[in-house]
Amino acid sequence: MEKNYYVCTGCGLLCDDIEVESEKNIINKVYTACRVGVAHMKEVRGEAGFRVDNAPVDEATAIREAASILKNAKNPLIFGLGTSTDEAQKLAIELARKTDATLDDTSSFCLGPLVEALLQDKIKTCTLDDVRNKADVIIFWGADPSDSHPRHLSKHSYFPRGSEKQRGWEEERTAIAIDVRKSHTAKICGNYFFQIPPEGDAEFIDALIAALSGKLPKTSYNYPPKKILELANILKGAKFGVIFAGLGLIYSLKDMEPVFRLMKALNEKANFQLVPMVGHYNMRGFNENLYAETGYVNRVKFENGTVKHGPEYSVVESLKAKTVDAALIIGSDPLSSLPRSVSKNLLEIPVISIDPCETLTSKHSKVYINTAISGVESGGSATRMDGIKVSFKPVVETARLSDEATLKKIMEAL
Amino acid sequence: MTNAMELYQMLPKTNCKKCGKTSCMAFAVALMARELTPEDCPPLKEESKYRENYEKLKEIFKPSEGATETGLIVHEDLCFGCGNCVVACPPNVANDPYGVGSGNAPRNVNKLVLTIEDGIVKAQNLEECRRFGKNKILCNGCIVTCPVEAIEFV
Repeated sequence: MEKNYYVCTGCGLLCDDIEVESEKNIINKVYTACRVGVAHMKEVRGEAGFRVDNAPVDEATAIREAASILKNAKNPLIFGLGTSTDEAQKLAIELARKTDATLDDTSSFCLGPLVEALLQDKIKTCTLDDVRNKADVIIFWGADPSDSHPRHLSKHSYFPRGSEKQRGWEEERTAIAIDVRKSHTAKICGNYFFQIPPEGDAEFIDALIAALSGKLPKTSYNYPPKKILELANILKGAKFGVIFAGLGLIYSLKDMEPVFRLMKALNEKANFQLVPMVGHYNMRGFNENLYAETGYVNRVKFENGTVKHGPEYSVVESLKAKTVDAALIIGSDPLSSLPRSVSKNLLEIPVISIDPCETLTSKHSKVYINTAISGVESGGSATRMDGIKVSFKPVVETARLSDEATLKKIMEAL
Repeated sequence: MTNAMELYQMLPKTNCKKCGKTSCMAFAVALMARELTPEDCPPLKEESKYRENYEKLKEIFKPSEGATETGLIVHEDLCFGCGNCVVACPPNVANDPYGVGSGNAPRNVNKLVLTIEDGIVKAQNLEECRRFGKNKILCNGCIVTCPVEAIEFV
């Protein structure tokens, strides 16, 4: 019997094997999904909501108000989109071009540099299905998928049997965790947990590269050389190794150069790929869509048909320098997630918030449009953390507009 | 977890055979295997001089009352549905190699011991569990793979 599977858009894994029991647009039971996914899918509720200055209005008024904010702004900021479909993201890029906007997403202070390197073929990468079928050495570096992507280990990276790995995880796979604390993932890795001090990643990489070429690995925090040599030996023997790079690694490095060096050294001795641990379900999609459109993955400014790119166009820098005079925030909550010194500048400019959830940002917005949860109430397509395109259909029906429909209406009003 | 010798120390040690076993040691082993309960030893239950030990033994076996036949307990407040145990469980892999064994949704739930429902692991079909029945072994596949110690055997 062919089963009806749905895609979960709770995190960057985009699990495509979720069974749902629903009745009259209410989801009763969710099978196979983790707790994150279940909460995400059962979140569905209520009517569409449109607010201007925190007072309920009708759809037309909200759209008109949003359009006029964008029209009157000289340099609006468009930010978010990590939890929007590819279709909505492409529309947002078009909208940014039309309004001469600064466009950025969370990847500018997240995994953007890594995704950029992957798109420019600077680092070898593979798909999660390759990992399941072939991987024998798996490194979780600065990442804790047990908490951030609960099904990562069970669906792809460690426990499942694959076409070339049929004897199970105990015999054929080695999972290694490199982190500053003993996370839940590190617990599963057991003896292969390497605890390093915060910001010790760059030095650890250098020590590991030295150990790979048979030199004595030295670190300023006196990491036992024997353990690093032991790690290097495991890595040297890898037939298909994968590094899952998380935010812990990215945040502790000044730039990606040590990662490039490590990947080069590893690939001289063995076969290693890297997959970024993307959190938002379609952050990688945004990076790819913008890259295809402009050649950059984030932090761009459109001006009279040309595209400028640079760190000054990131959400943080443009808010800090107060170069933007309005903001369109789609599926993100910068007032909660950015430092107050930066996000407080949002309160001085008119903000349009498009979000399925009521957030701190939406409460302080001039215009708030409550949209459908993509993947649960509206369909579309997205890009998984490894670059695979996944399309999905809605689980339940809703009266709320999708991000895509909202953006389309705003563009028409412009 | 206690062992059979510790349980034996708390029994009458008279080898009266009233429980149907040949000796108190045999009773202790049966107790350990959960074939019998402390109530199955008449002197222990009835005679007042064994009362203290009887209470202690009952206390030891109390947590297993809420557990399944194999003694498996899922702490639902800890489990977050990662599914590591589902994919690692040997009978699950044997019974559904291309479904849960390969990390996917179950293709046939009829013989699966562990599945994920509403983000929490559920145990069923315990006759398939390797800890069940006469030829049981102390398999710990679901325990060692759990990052939060949400599964326990009593």
